[in-house]
Amino acid sequence: MSLITRRNLIIGAPALLAGCDQVARNPAARAILFKGEDMHRGLQRALTDREALAREFAADQRSPIFRANGTRDPSTSEYAALAAGRFADWRLKVGGLVARPLSLTLSDLGHFPNRAQITRHDCVEGWSAIAKWQGPALGAVLKAAGLRDAARYIVFTCADLYGGSAYYESIDLIDAFHPQTILAWALNDRMLPIANGAPCRLRVERQLGYKHAKYLMRIDAVESLAGIGKGRGGYWEDNVDYDWYAGI
Amino acid sequence: MADPARPGTRLYRHLIATRLWHWTNAIAVFILIGSGLGISNAHPRLYWGQYGANFDHAWATLPHFPAWLTIPGNYNLALSRRWHLFFALVLAFGLLTYMIASLLNHHFRRDLRVRTADVAPPHLWADIRAHLAFRFHDPARPGAYNVLQKLAYVAVIFVLLPLVILTGLTLSPGMDAAWPWLLDLFGGRQSARSLHFMSMAAIAGFVVIHLTLVILAGEWNEVRSMLTGWWRVPE
Repeated sequence: MSLITRRNLIIGAPALLAGCDQVARNPAARAILFKGEDMHRGLQRALTDREALAREFAADQRSPIFRANGTRDPSTSEYAALAAGRFADWRLKVGGLVARPLSLTLSDLGHFPNRAQITRHDCVEGWSAIAKWQGPALGAVLKAAGLRDAARYIVFTCADLYGGSAYYESIDLIDAFHPQTILAWALNDRMLPIANGAPCRLRVERQLGYKHAKYLMRIDAVESLAGIGKGRGGYWEDNVDYDWYAGI
Repeated sequence: MADPARPGTRLYRHLIATRLWHWTNAIAVFILIGSGLGISNAHPRLYWGQYGANFDHAWATLPHFPAWLTIPGNYNLALSRRWHLFFALVLAFGLLTYMIASLLNHHFRRDLRVRTADVAPPHLWADIRAHLAFRFHDPARPGAYNVLQKLAYVAVIFVLLPLVILTGLTLSPGMDAAWPWLLDLFGGRQSARSLHFMSMAAIAGFVVIHLTLVILAGEWNEVRSMLTGWWRVPE
């Protein structure tokens, strides 16, 4: 039998690896491969507790240094002006499909019931770091704004630019109203540093790091993600095929 | 009726469930290792404990895996993850289905049960000597697995594959919230990540030995038996 020879068993493997790249270039095969995200999300949502809390740690279990990643400083003149004024002029706009659009100062955020949590941040690259975060629950802010019935997703628009447009991310209402999903303005009991997203970043503790939008400027409730960016719900999702559901 | 031990006799050796799972699993393992090495290249450092990043102590720094070993064949973390997470489902649900089928069709009890007499030192030693002499079949019971073969299959099916699946689940922040016992079982997400890599390496080691023994035992007879179920007793 000529197909299965010792030599083919050995040289076949790299050919099969190259074959995988061919498969991934086929649009139909690629669509099936990308369905894995929906299958994982569907299984997690169907088989596990949607309200389950991410593990919280003790103060002495924190990472000695919390690594900053992604943008370290938005470096736009608008952001530099806000930072120079210690974010006194910063306003977080809450809009879209809400009954009462809001424009919140940093001290407004402090007046909502705040939550402090020591949680693990997991980067898509594989590393993890543990730190303490504090801020109001996103759910409380959305309730104050009054979500309309049509709202399905919450979109976060940031002050940092990637290729000229603002970084953005989005989550569904299950994660938006999860008790650990907060708008963090403090990291390890200090005001959020610029490298970590000052003055305010999202914490969505059951998903990977790229979902935790930094340098928040706007929060919008929307019915659909189509028409925002390239329509796939986030900067990395639009541009490099990262999963929108990053709980995996 | 022909003597079942006589060389040249054809034996129906592998049930359909075993054959289907074997090939599904072979494809899944192949793709998971290739895409996993691609993911490893994104942060090739391994840690113990709950956390671990660039400023923390890494117990191992992995090599950069070359493009000819990774899926895709260039650095693309997003696409490596797409391959990996899709075939992780194939691996996990394939193993679960195979395990249920193998309880129902008695494959585990008949072929893989390790008896006390099998692992008695004289018997083990005799089997090691037989392997070194390239004799892999007991002439009296040629269709039965030898003890080293049984132990290897049991280790992969009941230890290594469940371990690689559960440590993989521990890397998911969503699953850690849903099933926090995963973090307790493995001592944290970064420990689980290290164990995930180590169990992958053990599975890769098994694959190398398995393929070597397939070739030494007669590759066409062995591969055909895993395709059609029929195996010919060797000379």
